[in-house]
Amino acid sequence: MNITEILFWLLTAVALGGALLVVTSKNPVYSVLALIATFFALSGHYILLNAQFLAVVNLIVYAGAIMVLFLFVIMLMNLNTETEPQKNKWLKLAGTIAGGCFLLVLVAALRDADSKSTMALVGSGDTGLIQNLGKALFNEYVIPFEISSVLFLSAMVGAVVLGKK
Amino acid sequence: MIQLAIDLAFVLEKAILIGGIISVSLLVAMYSTWAERKVAGFMQDRLGPNRAGPFGLFQPLADGLKLFMKEEIIPNASNKFLFILGPGLAMMTAMMTSAVIPWGKQIEIFGRTVDLQIADINIGILYIFAVLSMGVYGIMIGGWASNNKFSLLAALRGASQMISYELAMGLSIIALLMLTGSLSLKTIVELQSASGGWWNIVYQPLGFLIFIVCAFAECNRTPFDLPEAENELNFGYHQEYSSMKLGFYLFAEYINMFMSSVLMATLYFGGYDIPFVNDASLIESMGMNMVAVLQGLSLFLKAAFFIFVFMWVRWTIPRFRYDQLMHLGWKVMIPLALINMLITAIVVLIKENGWPF
Repeated sequence: MNITEILFWLLTAVALGGALLVVTSKNPVYSVLALIATFFALSGHYILLNAQFLAVVNLIVYAGAIMVLFLFVIMLMNLNTETEPQKNKWLKLAGTIAGGCFLLVLVAALRDADSKSTMALVGSGDTGLIQNLGKALFNEYVIPFEISSVLFLSAMVGAVVLGKK
Repeated sequence: MIQLAIDLAFVLEKAILIGGIISVSLLVAMYSTWAERKVAGFMQDRLGPNRAGPFGLFQPLADGLKLFMKEEIIPNASNKFLFILGPGLAMMTAMMTSAVIPWGKQIEIFGRTVDLQIADINIGILYIFAVLSMGVYGIMIGGWASNNKFSLLAALRGASQMISYELAMGLSIIALLMLTGSLSLKTIVELQSASGGWWNIVYQPLGFLIFIVCAFAECNRTPFDLPEAENELNFGYHQEYSSMKLGFYLFAEYINMFMSSVLMATLYFGGYDIPFVNDASLIESMGMNMVAVLQGLSLFLKAAFFIFVFMWVRWTIPRFRYDQLMHLGWKVMIPLALINMLITAIVVLIKENGWPF
């Protein structure tokens, strides 16, 4: 095993363990913290694939901004284990079945995909570096990129309108 | 049997580098507390600490010993795990910034050429922003886990303040990136120290002003120390903390201060560049190791000046009110940063393509 493999298994363990904790922990604040740990592990995977920009943006946007807002809401509502409403057990069963079906569809769809035969390039490849990403975004995909910025603008205007009410 | 293939020399080199940089940062932060009290004493026409050792130099050791010896109290109604995690997170995120800062050019030891930088990643500045945004968690978790209304309010104040000022800081950095064309801190320093290159402060005076104001807000220092406004919120988010856990929160502030001073020196004041001297010819006459020491010293002197500015401002300017703070952040800093960005973009475009009319 070299350093890359050791890191891969370590990060995988942290990601899976964190994701499990998000679902199983009773305290919502613990769930948020576990989700942050999962994001960290995923960013580590991105770095192993030499996608440094993606890794850091994942941390800044998801772990740094969105999860802080999650934490804000949870702390202000002061959700505790006692106040959390207990769900109907039929509802839980339905959720489990729906999740299982989704897993089945995902596995079936990915089973025959041709990405299975190509190995992931570890520590090489430069598509994830910021120069190439920027060139691709502003040359080939410039129109979808600009349209998505309009989407953000409309979300901002919506937030301001709601806040003024 | 699994074979472990690890380049031991490489791991050892990085471990020694990390250990060295962390202990130097801790030492600097320790003596910042002493310097702060001396500066405060000077500004208020007093002597400052002068009992422990010559000029009171052992005062930080005495303070540290006192914090270690004090009784450690964990409130009954608090969330114990998160209560302990909070100061640890604050300390860790404060230290993590040091990984991408170039502390000097290169040294030669035992035939190996060692870069005086833990990791030269090509997205260095974005990494610093990621770590900065993690810094919010130490405050928020500590404030919430104390189970105290004042702590929670202070933590929310601190978090929203840091998020607000991060935006303006990021925008002021974008203008700098347009000039340098690189996100790697090492490249930015090399561009400034190349012969004929000026320090970035010459091109970006407004950007630097925005950056330094935002750095004050990010470090929760006066005039933006609302999270620990003691006359409104008792003692802020660390009200329930005692002993070394309180010490960690206070200490993390000083490490943050040191790191932002180093960052300001690196981004705008040439980093490890020795002013008025051609570094390349100096390496030929003095040898690589000697120059690296001088470069490190130069960076530390620049950082020490900014630390002094931090203290100077703390003891001269009163605290903002919260609405004034938000007004300054959203209605003054962000438009100013946007204008700075626009002007820089226009100048860069004209320089590349010539005057179009």
